[in-house]
Amino acid sequence: MAIMIDETTPVIVQGFTGKIGSFHAQDMINYGTNIVGGVTPGKGGTTHLGRPVFNTVKDAVNATGATASILFVPPPFAADSVMEAADAGIKVCVAITDGIPTQDMMRVKRYMRRYKKEDKMLLTGPNCSGTISPERAMLGIMPGHIYMRGTIGIVGRSGTLGYEAASQMKKLGIGITTSVSIGGDPINGSSHRDILELFEQDPETKAVMMIGEIGGPQEAEAGYFSRDHMTKPLVAYIAGLTAPKGRRMGHAGAIVSGSGESAAEKVAILKECGVHIAPTPSELGTTMAEVLAKVG
Amino acid sequence: MDIHEYQAKEILAEYGVPVGKGGLAYSPEQAVYRAKEIGGEVWAVKAQIHSGARGKAGGIKICKTDDEIFSAADEMLGKTLVTHQTGPQGKICSRLYIEAGTDIDREIYFSLVVDRAHERVVLIASAEGGMEIEELAESNPDAILKVYVETAVGMLDFQARELAFALNIPKSAMSQAVATIKGCYRAMIELDANMVEINPLVITKAGNLIALDAKMGFDENALYRQQRIGELRDKSQEDPRETAASDRGLNYVGLDGDIGCMINGAGLAMASLDMIKLAGGEPANFLDIGGGATPDRVEKAFRLVLDDDNVVVMLVNIFAGINRCDWVAEGVVRAAKKLDIKIPLIVRLSGTNVEEGRKIIVESGLPIITAETLAEAANRAVEERNKAVGQ
Repeated sequence: MAIMIDETTPVIVQGFTGKIGSFHAQDMINYGTNIVGGVTPGKGGTTHLGRPVFNTVKDAVNATGATASILFVPPPFAADSVMEAADAGIKVCVAITDGIPTQDMMRVKRYMRRYKKEDKMLLTGPNCSGTISPERAMLGIMPGHIYMRGTIGIVGRSGTLGYEAASQMKKLGIGITTSVSIGGDPINGSSHRDILELFEQDPETKAVMMIGEIGGPQEAEAGYFSRDHMTKPLVAYIAGLTAPKGRRMGHAGAIVSGSGESAAEKVAILKECGVHIAPTPSELGTTMAEVLAKVG
Repeated sequence: MDIHEYQAKEILAEYGVPVGKGGLAYSPEQAVYRAKEIGGEVWAVKAQIHSGARGKAGGIKICKTDDEIFSAADEMLGKTLVTHQTGPQGKICSRLYIEAGTDIDREIYFSLVVDRAHERVVLIASAEGGMEIEELAESNPDAILKVYVETAVGMLDFQARELAFALNIPKSAMSQAVATIKGCYRAMIELDANMVEINPLVITKAGNLIALDAKMGFDENALYRQQRIGELRDKSQEDPRETAASDRGLNYVGLDGDIGCMINGAGLAMASLDMIKLAGGEPANFLDIGGGATPDRVEKAFRLVLDDDNVVVMLVNIFAGINRCDWVAEGVVRAAKKLDIKIPLIVRLSGTNVEEGRKIIVESGLPIITAETLAEAANRAVEERNKAVGQ
């Protein structure tokens, strides 16, 4: 088992026939992802990349039994498409789109509170690179070849820094169950904590690497969750140790606007919670190797 | 995106927030004329820059005569004001807001922001106004009131009333207070603001409410549907390096050091800056080339990083996923040749098409320093920087 997706998960692509959607859909198919169709309103009934196209997510789910979706819909329409997926019974939705207005995401989060926990769609992103269960399935835009299958879970805001972690670990012979990018926006579908909970329940995952950054409360929450509810070791790195206060560091959500939001403060909280800290971004792999050696 | 005080007041007034009489001036003569138009005996001359804490920087003067207004305006116009919010480079003042003086009885702090933990709008207020919320949070956290707004129904009358009573608003100003609270929330939602701050919100000696200062910040991702707000942008208040990059669709952050950085992805960028700092260096900037960057785009990005005169060494760190190392290498080589760069250039490539990319770098014949890992790249950059400045 991995978390969120594996080679059997039937996936649809929202924004299937656009330039970006087409390119990445083909890449995901090549990786072995079970892409069963796509949605582009107005193009229902046609075929694209050898898969059926539907007008609505409901049509796609009814015809294909899809349980997961990946979203390449442009920002003005993306929030609506996320809610459409939730309403159609999709269980896992990865929103790649960058640039969704914050208030649209507030509405999405409010809308999703109408579902009971067991019926609730797991949303990751927006503004993320996606999720990959190496050598099984890829629901994202990452370079699949840098990931090796194994027993470590990765959760991080950033795409490229997640690649860095995966490749450092691969060089040391450490593989990955699933790597999840939760995205760089201030309000996102799933928090670090939400994903840690899934890794804690996954029998195949032995330890977890969390790659956080400045801004927002999520890394501290994850620290408390790890202290109170996790049996598996957690290694963490927080990017932005050198970021000046009040400056937005590339990600919309990467800004220190209150106490507890700087990298140093987050590292202090995580240490107190017993989380293993990778002191620099070039020691992501070695820190994980040391922790694994200690726990056997 | 931030706007000026006078712009925020104009908007909030439309949403029912009481503001004083005021007008804009671009010269000392205009400032004096505005004061005459407004009438009264006391006026405030206020520098319009995108920053709070203007008073301490000499950006707000209370004046009683024409001469005082003239000399205050003359002093402020064209001056670069430095506050703790502007950074050491400061912000230039090119317009003034002249406002009728107010008889202050007491000051209230009032703001609306997006709360990331609760994923909704929170209203923050305190009967102890006049200082910044960060100071208040330190000195008297119990005096801060918070009201969370349910996204589906919006700000309710009873919430506004509860808050107004908790702030000890006098009866005479009660309906103004409720209108202000509800109006600010409505402005925030309808205009895609991510911050509205009135500090101070003042109760006058006559028992009225008035917004003495006003600040609004807007969600740049929503500007496509807020044309009016987009037009309020004042580029003179931005870092010109960042403006030049955003005009070209690139994401640039200007910093204070001397190592220029071209990177893909905000996370890897922050990590690279951390590595530079740990190696003893200081980044001048970072530019995120984003995904799927063509050689042309890379070349443009390269020029922007080098446009910063402080840059003495340049670091390129790319972990290509949807990017291609060969395209990045091509763009870098092309730019380096065209610009005939004299400063040391350190390039680290990893990921998609890395072999092709490295080949292009090696075969270019340029004295480019290559690195395998993030640590090596950062260390080399700092070494070269120290050599360049003679340390």
